[in-house]
Amino acid sequence: MDTLVQLLDATIRLSVPLLLACLAGLYSERSGIFDIGLEGKMLAGAFASAAAAAATGSAWIGLGAAIIISGMLALVHGFASITNRGNQIVSGVAVNFIAAGTTIILGQGWFQQGGRTPSLPPAARFGAIDLPGAEAMRDVPVLGPIYSDIISGHSLLVYFAFFMVPFTWWVLFRSRFGLRLRAVGENPAAVDTAGISVTWLRYRAVMITGVLTGFAGTYLALAMNAGFVKDMTAGRGFIALAALIFAKWKPVNAMFACLLFGFLDAFAIRYQGAEFPMIGRVPVQLMQALPYILTVILLAGFIGRAIPPKAGGVAYVKER
Amino acid sequence: MATPYAKLPAWADYGLIPLINLVVAFLVAGLVVLLVGESPIQAATLLIKGAFGSGAGIGYTLYYATSFIFTGLAVAVAFHCGLFNIGGEGQAYVGGLGVALVCLGFDTVFPWWINFPLAIIGSAAIGAFWAMIPAYLQAKRGSHIVITTIMFNFIAASLMVYLLVGPLKPLNSMAPQTRTFAVDAHLPKLDWLLEMFGATIRSTPLNLSFILALVMAVAVWALIWRTKLGYEIRTMGFSPKAARYAGIGEARIIVITMMISGALAGMMALNPVMGDQHRLQLDFVTGAGFVGIAVALMGRSHPAGIVPAAILFGMLYQGGAEISFMMPNISRDMIVIIQGLVILFAGALENMFRPAMQAAFASFSPRSMGMGTAKREGA
Repeated sequence: MDTLVQLLDATIRLSVPLLLACLAGLYSERSGIFDIGLEGKMLAGAFASAAAAAATGSAWIGLGAAIIISGMLALVHGFASITNRGNQIVSGVAVNFIAAGTTIILGQGWFQQGGRTPSLPPAARFGAIDLPGAEAMRDVPVLGPIYSDIISGHSLLVYFAFFMVPFTWWVLFRSRFGLRLRAVGENPAAVDTAGISVTWLRYRAVMITGVLTGFAGTYLALAMNAGFVKDMTAGRGFIALAALIFAKWKPVNAMFACLLFGFLDAFAIRYQGAEFPMIGRVPVQLMQALPYILTVILLAGFIGRAIPPKAGGVAYVKER
Repeated sequence: MATPYAKLPAWADYGLIPLINLVVAFLVAGLVVLLVGESPIQAATLLIKGAFGSGAGIGYTLYYATSFIFTGLAVAVAFHCGLFNIGGEGQAYVGGLGVALVCLGFDTVFPWWINFPLAIIGSAAIGAFWAMIPAYLQAKRGSHIVITTIMFNFIAASLMVYLLVGPLKPLNSMAPQTRTFAVDAHLPKLDWLLEMFGATIRSTPLNLSFILALVMAVAVWALIWRTKLGYEIRTMGFSPKAARYAGIGEARIIVITMMISGALAGMMALNPVMGDQHRLQLDFVTGAGFVGIAVALMGRSHPAGIVPAAILFGMLYQGGAEISFMMPNISRDMIVIIQGLVILFAGALENMFRPAMQAAFASFSPRSMGMGTAKREGA
């Protein structure tokens, strides 16, 4: 029971950056802009938040800096793929490299710690919050540990991430903006005919992506860790992308996909080199590769079919 | 890749626009140098001095360029078919397995000139296999090749870590690498080539695979522009509909193109593994697969552009190491920024300067605009 609780607690912590990045990608891709630059935006956001928090001592200023920097990279992606009608994949790759290189160079240049930022004091981080009644509930069988150990005791950003799931669902499927967003990803010409600007709609989607990747980066640097370490996203942006496909571009599915991938990660960390009945020893590398393998299998249509937004990846050219 | 703008004379299209893109990329990179409080001009001087100032510098520059020629060609071949192979990194990584298996198996059996072709086959075969799976999935199951090749990069990394900390590691060693190959699995150095041009050097890692890379560049040119298969690949890239109408088998071309691309990426492993380190190490690719994307975009997917672009990036790699001696704030990771900026300006924003260029050309010599179109080869 205790190990299960710890495992699930770790699952939540590990799946939050995936979830934030995954929801970020959801807005962009629903509007028809592919974004494989989630990784880079998340990394730049993590660096910006850690650098700003180290300089000012405030986690909130860190979050603001992350949102600005990730948002700027998102605008670069938008400028290339919406205004200049460039190849969206190429642009995303470029964003990833620019972020990877710049964070290391600036980190070394400003802090002289081999690409790290200084270790942050608790005041400059998003610390754990105890939900009301967590202590009182602890001794209640079954529900107690679930509430006080798994649900309570995370940072504010964790609750924000899970709040964003129903909110995104509402925006996407119940608001006018969401209807237009989905329409522009399926058939931009129809949206244009209705007199709505395709360009502005897509720019807004890309900006939301930037803001949410800023949150994801901040969570990595200011909540999960106490500062920035070079290349700290470690492929999470790509796992988030995989989760997005796995979830068939739907917010609630995205949450479950991210929890699944987070659980695989937590499981791999906890049971490194352990023996299992029947199977024997599973190499830890296999566990680490599992999200990627699952995505490949899913994409190939062996577990259901993942159909991307129809106009995804195609720049819209207004007819004259 | 077709663009709605292309109506410039060929020399502007292939020379001027890449040059402008490159200059802008360097200007932005210079800003980053300023941000960490160093002088961009001094950095550029150090860079060029480090890359070309000595015989050893040139040797290292060409050694890095060798890897980038292979991966650049790999990306370019796929581009011609309208496919984006981001998996060069993973294909090169598993390609190293092909080299290592040949070298570990035959290094005491055959002389190097038999081991070399065997290692070429080994690396190309495994690289091609690693690219074939995503290609097959794209062709037959409709999964997006960009996503699958990214996933295969990670799967390759996990697989190689597993092999190098387990089965391939000698029993009495702790380091995650294979044993060192015997002398007969070392590629000859090309020091004599540099000495021919009057450079005096002690030793550089430049080796025979540099020549192989140049041969492959010519081979890719011949394949794309002088064979039936190349014609089919270009047709497919230009217009899949037209290709289908002409009776070109879509699935077949996708799989074959990706296998060629993967084979070229896999061969990159020969350079570091058999030419320099003489053992298979963790992460020996060090991003060369990704540099290939920038190289292919800058070289406009033509071998005649890819080779100089690869040498430019080799120069950045070698010069970057030199800069970090003098300016501790600037490490070799600077190249990652430049790489990203080149991909951005030469790839995603390639059309940004085009309207302005067109206007400029139209005002100077309206006639040159019409002439350029006929000579355009399908890029």
